[in-house]
Amino acid sequence: MSYLLSATCAVPAVGAVVTAALPAGTGEARRRTTKAVALGFSVATLGLAAAIAASFQPGGARYQLTESYSWIRSFGIDFSLGADGIGTVLALLTAVLVPLVMLAGWHDADPSAPEGTFESKRRTQGFFALILAVEAMVLVSFLATDVFVFYVFFEAMLIPMYFLIGGFGDRAGGPDSARQRSYAAVKFLLYNLLGGLVMLAAVIGLYVVASDQGLATFSLPALTDAISSGKLVIDPTAQRALFLGFFFAFAVKAPLWPLHTWLPKAMGESTAGTAVLITAVVDKVGTFAMLRFCLGLFPDASKTFAPAILVLSLIGIVYGALVAIGQKDIKRLVAYASISHFGFIIMGIFAMTSQGQSGATLYMVNHGISTAAWMLVAGFLISRRGSRLIADYGGVQKVAPVLAGTFLIGGLATLSLPGLAPFVSEFLVLVGTFTRYPVIGIIATFGIVLAALYSLMLYQRTMTGPVKASVTGMPDLKARELAVVAPLVALTVLLGVYPQPLTRMVDPAVNDTLSQIHRTDPAPAHPVAATTGGEQK
Amino acid sequence: MNSLIPLLIAAPLAGAALLLLGGRALDRFGHWIATALAALSCAFGLVLFFDMLGRDTEHRAVTTRLFSWIPVNGFQADVSFQLDQLSIVFVLLITGVGTLIHLYSVGYMAHDERRRRFFAYLNLFLAAMLILVLADNYLLLYVGWEGVGLASYLLIGFWQHKPSAATAAKKAFIVNRVGDLGLSIAIMLMFAEFGSFAFHPVFSAAGDATEGKLTAIGLMLLLAACGKSAQVPLQSWLGDAMEGPTPVSALIHAATMVTAGVYLITRSSAIFDLAPDAQTAVVVVGAVTLLFGAIVGCAKDDIKKALAGSTMSQIGYMIMAAGLGPVGYAFAIMHLVTHGFFKAGLFLGAGSVMHGMNDEVNMRHYGGLRKYMPWTFWTFMAGYAAIIGFPFLSGFFSKDKIIEAALAKGGTEGWILGGCALLGAAVTAFYMTRVVLLTFFGEKRWQPDAEGNEPHPHESPKTMVIPMVVLTFGSLFAGGLFSLGDSFLNFLEPVTGFEEGHSPLNALTVSAIATVCMAAGVGLAWLMYGRSPVPVKPPVGSLLTRAARRDLLQDDFNHAVLVRPGSALAATLVWFDSKGLDGFVNGLAAAIGGLSGRLRRIQTGYVRTYALSMFGGTLVLVASTLLMRSV
Amino acid sequence: MNPVNYLYLAALLFTIGASGVVIRRNAIVLFMCVELMLNASNLALVTFSRLHGNLDGQILAFFTMVVAAAEVVVGLAIIVSIFRTRHSASVDDSNLMKL
Repeated sequence: MSYLLSATCAVPAVGAVVTAALPAGTGEARRRTTKAVALGFSVATLGLAAAIAASFQPGGARYQLTESYSWIRSFGIDFSLGADGIGTVLALLTAVLVPLVMLAGWHDADPSAPEGTFESKRRTQGFFALILAVEAMVLVSFLATDVFVFYVFFEAMLIPMYFLIGGFGDRAGGPDSARQRSYAAVKFLLYNLLGGLVMLAAVIGLYVVASDQGLATFSLPALTDAISSGKLVIDPTAQRALFLGFFFAFAVKAPLWPLHTWLPKAMGESTAGTAVLITAVVDKVGTFAMLRFCLGLFPDASKTFAPAILVLSLIGIVYGALVAIGQKDIKRLVAYASISHFGFIIMGIFAMTSQGQSGATLYMVNHGISTAAWMLVAGFLISRRGSRLIADYGGVQKVAPVLAGTFLIGGLATLSLPGLAPFVSEFLVLVGTFTRYPVIGIIATFGIVLAALYSLMLYQRTMTGPVKASVTGMPDLKARELAVVAPLVALTVLLGVYPQPLTRMVDPAVNDTLSQIHRTDPAPAHPVAATTGGEQK
Repeated sequence: MNSLIPLLIAAPLAGAALLLLGGRALDRFGHWIATALAALSCAFGLVLFFDMLGRDTEHRAVTTRLFSWIPVNGFQADVSFQLDQLSIVFVLLITGVGTLIHLYSVGYMAHDERRRRFFAYLNLFLAAMLILVLADNYLLLYVGWEGVGLASYLLIGFWQHKPSAATAAKKAFIVNRVGDLGLSIAIMLMFAEFGSFAFHPVFSAAGDATEGKLTAIGLMLLLAACGKSAQVPLQSWLGDAMEGPTPVSALIHAATMVTAGVYLITRSSAIFDLAPDAQTAVVVVGAVTLLFGAIVGCAKDDIKKALAGSTMSQIGYMIMAAGLGPVGYAFAIMHLVTHGFFKAGLFLGAGSVMHGMNDEVNMRHYGGLRKYMPWTFWTFMAGYAAIIGFPFLSGFFSKDKIIEAALAKGGTEGWILGGCALLGAAVTAFYMTRVVLLTFFGEKRWQPDAEGNEPHPHESPKTMVIPMVVLTFGSLFAGGLFSLGDSFLNFLEPVTGFEEGHSPLNALTVSAIATVCMAAGVGLAWLMYGRSPVPVKPPVGSLLTRAARRDLLQDDFNHAVLVRPGSALAATLVWFDSKGLDGFVNGLAAAIGGLSGRLRRIQTGYVRTYALSMFGGTLVLVASTLLMRSV
Repeated sequence: MNPVNYLYLAALLFTIGASGVVIRRNAIVLFMCVELMLNASNLALVTFSRLHGNLDGQILAFFTMVVAAAEVVVGLAIIVSIFRTRHSASVDDSNLMKL
């Protein structure tokens, strides 16, 4: 048994404890030590996550590097971890983003922070410890192969997130920013808690049903195997109820229209780094769980509800984009754009084709990277001017061309420009949906026009035109900020041109999922025998 | 030899990356690097061309596969290039004209502080355009397709500090996105139908599919072509795109990118040939646009916008020819190439005039310039003569062939299309003569610019004149050269196929009629603008003129039908999101809070109340137990 | 005599006690009413014991008496301490536990 997975999850957890316990103090040197320690732990986590990816064999078993420790024996709960292709790439995404988020938020927890935010001598320690805690919990969620363990960590990550949102804001809040922020944090917590409790009921229900049939376990592989081979039969009504219980929690977290209203608030009021954690990391647990738990555990119910979910996701795509167009606040615009993107991800999952699901998984990664780039640059911009309002900017490209350039790249990635990573995933999702549900696929394609609208309108209004007085003298990106953006931009381009390292890992897991739910891709009407392109003619 | 194909693309791509990442260190000589790389790419193109000529017809097309791009089960997208006769024509046009325009820009952009970036974008454009024409599958073509869109966006909005430029850039990208929607859907249709979207497999299997499916694919491809080639109904972006620096207008919005739609339709001939309804749609779009653009071109006072209208109209010719099927493909491409020469030349000439006139674009403020910039004048005249189809110049050959092909459609349709094409020829002659008369002839109507500087027209530097001269040769002789022994036609035939059209009129008659139309147009223009002095303030004009000045109300239409309802919808949804959906969620929370507040009141704190409720509860329990018993 | 009559008496006593608890305000009277109710139930228990011919009811009655005695001790102590602080034995004056 290898200890790689538990080590990967443990390092940020230990890091959180260590960082929180570092000597308090507001001196610059103390703070720098704190930040360096936290960053060190997150980089170590990245190294371990990379080791997981490196030792993962695409052709091998579904779950690799598995570990299991008995936890609550009487209920058959084990603390078991296992890496499949989907979980691995998402764990890697998390591990890549967290150090960058820390770097981007280097000064977000300094004492010069705005009035009314969480003030204490341990403020810096708290901020970085909370980030590490979130990372640890997210990693466990991606790697857990036990339904109960997943549930516990899925819920537990709400607590550090609550404090991150409520305790630390950007410098752009209005006079009542503290009130707004705590409102956002409470809304986030209550909304997600509600989803989580519904899921808890479903988790217990699942256990009851399974143990009635002699399978008293929370082990995901055991359950899915039993379900897919017909050994465990959940009657349709119960299955639908359980599915909805799980799905509701994930749909809140993802978030799926119309359960999204907490997201813009939470992303708008928190720091840019926290917003990235929310949309690029924590929310991905929701979509990831749909793919892994909803489909694997309740294949029939998934198929029953798939059309309805597709319609909701379609509404989300168009609605999110349209509302994004109407936004006046940069961060809320990015949040609504993310809602639109989550629509694509969920659509890909429930189209139940290999292209759709591979695309959805890649989408989770690519959206994470590209939105992180977009949002973090937006955060740099906001920190310079101290306003989140689009109308307060104009002509920035003249004074800060590198900032404007990277912001444009982020925007272009968001609108899925071919050659950048999101295009690959978006097109796969669209194709995957189209082959099974042509009408939905075509309507969803309109999302690409709307994406161009909100993305380019934002760029035009903030970056072009005559230089506004409030913007003159705005400094360009500093070395630290470049170090944040450069890897993200590089990854966006790299994964757009050569996404194979990801597809190789993801495809087997997706095919396995599809075979569990007994779905195959629709065959083309008039297939061509020849391979594409091919050799010399 | 095949390894040269990726290098062809890599050269300008490397240039773009180098110039963008290289920083200020490259400010002083970066433009020469870019120009050299464009020239290198052109040289590769020439080598490949001669290599191709050395092989016999069956072995001319070569493909080279670099790597698998997106492999997901049945969905296999490769980065794989195909060089055949059709591609090489485009490669030579793109790299050739591209190199010349790089050279021209060295002079034109000499005083721009962001010149390095301009050249980076130009190189990026070349790379994307080459990907577009060299891709061997539709998805890779799509990469180039949007890549040129990006380059176009960056270059139109190059002077970002001007709000009009930034708006025009955004508009171009978004209108193009609507077209791209068509390409996306076409690819999805192909994948659902054939399990592939690479050229060779799709074309060989096209015969198996139903006509309905093929028509759908064809119409979607047409939508894509309309976006990129500024055809009705997605034409509105091209006029505004003239906000970009003039070399950009010459390269992207005249010679190369806007003709991508023609390439797409010609490339997809196997699909269109089996979908007559889609072909009809193509022809209609082409015919409508050729008149639309020509009418707009007649009314514009802005020299670049007049030329943009002309571009639209000329591409209308090409699209129409492509829609005619094997009768027209080769001629569409031929007109595309000759048009690439003369229209690029005309735009460069216009740029040269603007360069000498303090960036003035209003032709009513020009006049009498022929004496001040002779090189510009003569090269412009060559382009002018070519575009109006002056006998035995480039435009004459290519346009006449299209008119013939249109007539060969037969029946009423043939006469209508031929009539449109001939009418278009007359209008072309009219508006081009108008441009020439207003710019180079007549008395001086020069106006001081915004800062009060009087213009001092002068000839442009050598880097600008040389490209114009080179293009002049193309404008004058390319058509003749191509028609010599039908060499161009024979070269392209293996790819596009060819069918001899049966025109009701013979070639000589068509040429004669076309020449008469042209002469009529020139004469009318001379009557209106040549005989008497031209007023500096434009006269009010007829209803049609006023509409044409507003681009035949295209923007008013889009505004009323799309933009305004769209923004209203967005605003409504924003309201709905905060007040409706979130209001519902908050309302739910408030309702629960309120309910618990009410329920709290029941706890009065009086012992007697509690006792009473206990008794009541007991009573209910006992009663229900008894009731259950008795039932 | 028919033992059922004792049940009627028990019910009557219970009702009187219950009405007293609900109506009266004085804590001492209230207390006495509670005692009345307890004793009514004791009477009923003993009657049941007689009716069914076993000792269960009587045993239960003893339990009740013990609990009642304990309750009186605690209850009276509370009432006395309330009376000391608030100079009133009315239960309506003591609603501090209300939220």
